[in-house]
Amino acid sequence: MPVELKKVSKKDALKKFMDSCKSLPNPESQLIAILHKAQEINGYLNKELMDDIALEMNIPTAHIWGVATFYHYFKLVPQGKHSISVCLGTACYVKGAEEVLNTIRSELKVNFGQTTEDGLFTLQEARCLGACGLAPVIMIDDRIYGELTPKKVIEILNTYRK
Amino acid sequence: MITIYINDKPYKVEEGQTIMQAADKVGFRIPRLCYHPKLSIEGACRVCIVEVEGAKNYVASCAFPVSEGMKIKTNSEELRRARRDIVELILDNHPQDCHTCERDGICELQRLAFSMGIRKRHFEGERKHYEKDLSSTSVVRDPNKCILCGRCVRICSEIQKANVLGHAHRGFKTVVMPAYNMPFSESVCTTCGQCINVCPTAAFVEKNYTQELFQKLNDKSIVKIAQIAPSVRAAIGEAFGLEAGKAMEHEIVAALKRLGFDYVFDTQFSADLTIMEEGSEFLERLQGKGKLPMITSCSSAWMKCLEQFHPDLIENVSTAKSPMSMMSAMIKTYFAQKIKRDPKDILSVAIMCCTAKKYEASRPELMVEGLPATDMVITTREIAWMIKSSGIDLLDIKGENFDEPLGLSSGAGTIFGTTGGVMEAAIRTAYELYTGETLLDIEIADIRGFKGVKEGKVIMDGKEIRVAVAHGLGNANEVLEIARKDPSRYHFIEIMGCPGGCIGGGGQPYAGYNSIPLDEECLKKRAEALYGLDRNKTIRRSHENPDIQRIYKEFLGRPLSPAAHKLLHTHYKAKEPRGIIPVVNAVL
Repeated sequence: MPVELKKVSKKDALKKFMDSCKSLPNPESQLIAILHKAQEINGYLNKELMDDIALEMNIPTAHIWGVATFYHYFKLVPQGKHSISVCLGTACYVKGAEEVLNTIRSELKVNFGQTTEDGLFTLQEARCLGACGLAPVIMIDDRIYGELTPKKVIEILNTYRK
Repeated sequence: MITIYINDKPYKVEEGQTIMQAADKVGFRIPRLCYHPKLSIEGACRVCIVEVEGAKNYVASCAFPVSEGMKIKTNSEELRRARRDIVELILDNHPQDCHTCERDGICELQRLAFSMGIRKRHFEGERKHYEKDLSSTSVVRDPNKCILCGRCVRICSEIQKANVLGHAHRGFKTVVMPAYNMPFSESVCTTCGQCINVCPTAAFVEKNYTQELFQKLNDKSIVKIAQIAPSVRAAIGEAFGLEAGKAMEHEIVAALKRLGFDYVFDTQFSADLTIMEEGSEFLERLQGKGKLPMITSCSSAWMKCLEQFHPDLIENVSTAKSPMSMMSAMIKTYFAQKIKRDPKDILSVAIMCCTAKKYEASRPELMVEGLPATDMVITTREIAWMIKSSGIDLLDIKGENFDEPLGLSSGAGTIFGTTGGVMEAAIRTAYELYTGETLLDIEIADIRGFKGVKEGKVIMDGKEIRVAVAHGLGNANEVLEIARKDPSRYHFIEIMGCPGGCIGGGGQPYAGYNSIPLDEECLKKRAEALYGLDRNKTIRRSHENPDIQRIYKEFLGRPLSPAAHKLLHTHYKAKEPRGIIPVVNAVL
């Protein structure tokens, strides 16, 4: 299956998904699902993809742009291989999230929304990851790391660098 | 009928309306901002809040339906304060530069703030700072002045169906912009300027050329020539405080002469010329030379819309230039020869009801003798300001006549300014050219009025000619969809980019106190002004205009002659980016 997927270009995969949306009632209401799919395939949304969606689904680009910029989840610039979300919710903040954040900032030399030069990490802020008992926490891709200290953070980052 | 109580007094009102609509009818004009009767309800501004007994919060009266026994307060002390705070908070994120703003004195937000009794600013917070978008030939977008009422977004998507604008980002960072934050000039904007008409502030204004024109008018070395579109005379009075519907033909000529123009010509003359060319082209197509239905090409916003949204119909569109461009072409050739001046020394200024004409003037294929045919396009609003700014009293001026030889027009040329007018004018001439007989009933009621898509027919020599008229680009889409599905349904289609035709153009005076932009009553009065001028003319058919006959005799030969083709016709081609017109989903 993965071999086959590679053969299909990104555009074709998206087209296939859009075709499946068209059989649903009010296909234009599937826009968010389509944008999710496009981001899953491409890593982020660009003009070319959004133009394709506009033409295929008959949705004005201004509207697609409105939706894509409204939700933080949608990325409009290329993302790093791994995304780091630093929780700045109340519990984490009280337990030292700022220190954790500053460590990551100086270690990776990036700010929120930016990607490291090597393309490995993108830094984001989060408002609560639902793991307050482990505060302070960060999430890298789908994995939560808790009870962090500056030292521990650097060790974790290093495991991704290998 | 149900009974509602407004401020403790009972009123009988119809069911199924909103509180605002019901209150309007019994004499309470609840303050409002984002609401527009022609557009969908957005409920964004919260200015129209009222107190409803039993409701937990204040409700937005534009969106809340009335019900039996409803007790409404529109003016309680607490409510007034809440409403004032809402407007004050809007003002807080708005530049405090009213006295240097283009809309000073004609700004809805300013009026609203005044009527709320805001005499002191209580809040001082962060304010947005964005770049102006000056890229378009026609429309300037200034996000700093935008209060996010969304009227522009709605008129662009609901009435014009061009979908250029949308709300992007969210919360404090929300900005109304074209897709991808691209410059207007690169977007699918048709430059119709309806966003300017409905904007309550100066977030959208036309690209202003008044200072440049003032400068040029002082230049003694050039010949300054103006032309005036029919719709300008039907609306300019409003900018001077007159009721809509007062035609000011000769007064404008006099005012323009005082401003420094050497000659003032009438775009209605070239409208007659357009009819000669377009009418002849239609008769040729009717005889099998070219595609039917033929579609008119006078509206510049429609031209851009055609190239971006309907490139498959380019061959159906008449090759005749718009009256403005025909006039400019004649000024720089025919008239330049007459006054023995180099066309380079002529400044050709078009005074139009339209922002899209600014774009049209920039189209390279309309150049004549290697020069832009129209050097500058000035809207009704701009010229009204120039007249006022120069201390010319338009209301108390002795009228003057248009100059020869491009100033005499028929009634057919006059009605070009209103929806259905071009078609009516074309029928008046085409009928007689085709049948050789005189058309007796020249006022064609079926294609007058403000219905979105109008249909009519005439019998020419036993042949039924079916015509359609659409105004506003949304209605245009509709009629084109019908024509695509059934190509033999119509022979001739008139399309005007703006609601009401040119009289509702994007460059017309702003709505006055207590009236709404694009009010249909106002459009009706402007149309009536033009129909009145037509009725009072002895010459009401383009081909009977003696100056039209003369220009063909002296210069152009005959309609569709090689000379006419070179100077009076143009071509269109598909443009990128291609716009998308969303299809309304069929009920499944």
